[in-house]
Amino acid sequence: MADDVVRGTGRRFAVGPYLALLPFLGFLLIFLVVPTVTVVVGAFQSGDGGFTLGNVRALGSDAAVQALWKSVLLSLSTAVIGAFLGALLSYLILTLGPRSILRRATLSVCGVLAQFGGVTLAFAFISLLAVNGVLTLALDSWIGLDIYGSGWLFGLNGLIVVYVYFQIPLMVIVFTPALEGLRPQWREAAVNLGATTAQYWRQVAFPLLTPAFLGSLLLLFANAFAAYATAAVLVSQGNPITPLFIRSALTSEILLGQANLGFALALEMIVVVAVVMALYALLLRRTARWMR
Amino acid sequence: MNRSRRLAASLAATSLVVLAACAPPEDNSNDTTTESGVSAGEATSADDFGGMDKLIAAAKAEGELNVIALPPDWANYAEIISTFEDKYDIKVNSAQPTAASQDEINAANDLAGTDRAPDVFDLGQSVALANTDKYAPYQVATFEEIPAEFKDPDGAWVNDYGGFMSIGYDSAQVPDVTSVEDLLGPEFKGKVALNGNPTEAGAAFSGVMMVAIANGGSADDIAPGVDFFSKLKQAGNFIPVDPDSATIESGQTPVVIDWDYLGAAAAANVSTWKTVVPAESVVAGYYYQAINADAPNPAAARLWQEFLYSDEGQNLWLKGGARPVRGDAMAEAGTVDADLWGALPEVSGTTVIPTNEQTETAGAYLAENWSKVIS
Repeated sequence: MADDVVRGTGRRFAVGPYLALLPFLGFLLIFLVVPTVTVVVGAFQSGDGGFTLGNVRALGSDAAVQALWKSVLLSLSTAVIGAFLGALLSYLILTLGPRSILRRATLSVCGVLAQFGGVTLAFAFISLLAVNGVLTLALDSWIGLDIYGSGWLFGLNGLIVVYVYFQIPLMVIVFTPALEGLRPQWREAAVNLGATTAQYWRQVAFPLLTPAFLGSLLLLFANAFAAYATAAVLVSQGNPITPLFIRSALTSEILLGQANLGFALALEMIVVVAVVMALYALLLRRTARWMR
Repeated sequence: MNRSRRLAASLAATSLVVLAACAPPEDNSNDTTTESGVSAGEATSADDFGGMDKLIAAAKAEGELNVIALPPDWANYAEIISTFEDKYDIKVNSAQPTAASQDEINAANDLAGTDRAPDVFDLGQSVALANTDKYAPYQVATFEEIPAEFKDPDGAWVNDYGGFMSIGYDSAQVPDVTSVEDLLGPEFKGKVALNGNPTEAGAAFSGVMMVAIANGGSADDIAPGVDFFSKLKQAGNFIPVDPDSATIESGQTPVVIDWDYLGAAAAANVSTWKTVVPAESVVAGYYYQAINADAPNPAAARLWQEFLYSDEGQNLWLKGGARPVRGDAMAEAGTVDADLWGALPEVSGTTVIPTNEQTETAGAYLAENWSKVIS
């Protein structure tokens, strides 16, 4: 800035970059800042607008704690399953070589399926696995196997299965570039120095990939934690996870005036994601220390 | 740095201006004045318009009616809406047909002042009684015929139709049901569904209430109902599927705990469907009809009320298996559709209608315990 003043062209140089950012900043303001502030303010408001800690205190109720616990369990388990299987799939398709049609096809399919969450995915699983699902009926008539049980698809277990369906492709998309970044020369160098395959993976490839892997894991966690539509269609009984608990707080015709509890629950979700991101930053700094 | 800060501030200001510019324009149709000089939004009866003909003319001039949360297969609403449209040449915009009562109030608040705001409400009891300041009082021509316990004295709200909590079942798939206890039997494995989440939906709430009363509870004590569903789940009989006409027809939900009129309507295509109101626990519930005080189409909203409470409208509800609020008066006058009136499920025993306070207490208990038991 000081330089600009000396040259006397400050206005033009200083404003230009900001102007280009304007649409982005406006977007952030409307879709990130305003909602976040609304949630934070609402979480500490009572129904008539006064200040209260009651909503936040209500987060300690059994039902709310259970919902949060199951939300975290669902997000973590699908993130871990998705990350490992997705990383494996990335590795497998990369070994096919850059010209492989299967590799390109898999990547394209993953690009589509990673965004396939929501109502359509829920209905796809209902028509496959619910009581009259194609697979349920087929297995029942072929080998007499009952995979429907008493409706596990519509509970937490069902959510895990359905969420993994979009977590794996997402992992493939975000992790493949990192795997591609592993240069064959590094492997050759390690082998030349006498490393075995196991040593190469343990001492060269894994440390190189760890930051990217953890970053992808976090993305998958947040992806599952915030998912709503898929769960909303599948689960109609009870409120096993926090997003559905918020739905209940906003729309219940039995428990009235709970809108502010909904804000408090949303604030709780923001805090969880913030904590996870902070942990991730810490981890990243440790694992990437040798890179500096 | 100063400059960038100022820029940020002006940016925020610009965004706010843009946001404000996006706000929908005020709707002016509220200003329609009637012959008697009262604006349509304040008319409390057809007389304020100068008679039914004038009301119809004013409603036709508006040309549209916004309704919300009226599922087509709920109490025959599909036919009610199309009959109204054809009769008066008014377009009915049906928003969020599967929404809950609270969504109706939320929509009225969020869309207030726009021409998309709902004109009329059809609400469950607790939401209806918690929002009476949002209604425009109006007395339909048949107001006197409606029993006093089913209406607000000024007509801010009027019960429109109701029914009894029932167990509907496909007699081709399960044995006959005579009591709530039957549902625990092994023949009902993976077959019993409840219409919605009782911490959210009125129908499901009343279902748990019915089960509670059948198991030694009362309107003040819903805990035995939750315990029963816990047993039902442990036996593998309860399925967490939200039943509707599609799940009933496809056989996904062979047993449904729901209002008698909903179950009956949803199962219209299943000839073996039977509906029973358990004698040991007769729980009734009525819905509440009201006009949005900020209705964008105030005359059409009032004409809709006149239509719903006319013999024709009441019989259309009856056709959907619901008990219209003027049912008894119409049966006396002979204007009720006798075949349909006689076909309603038989009800014996003491009728329970939980009060608002009882609903609140039971709701708080469900909020703490339902999720634990069922998910």
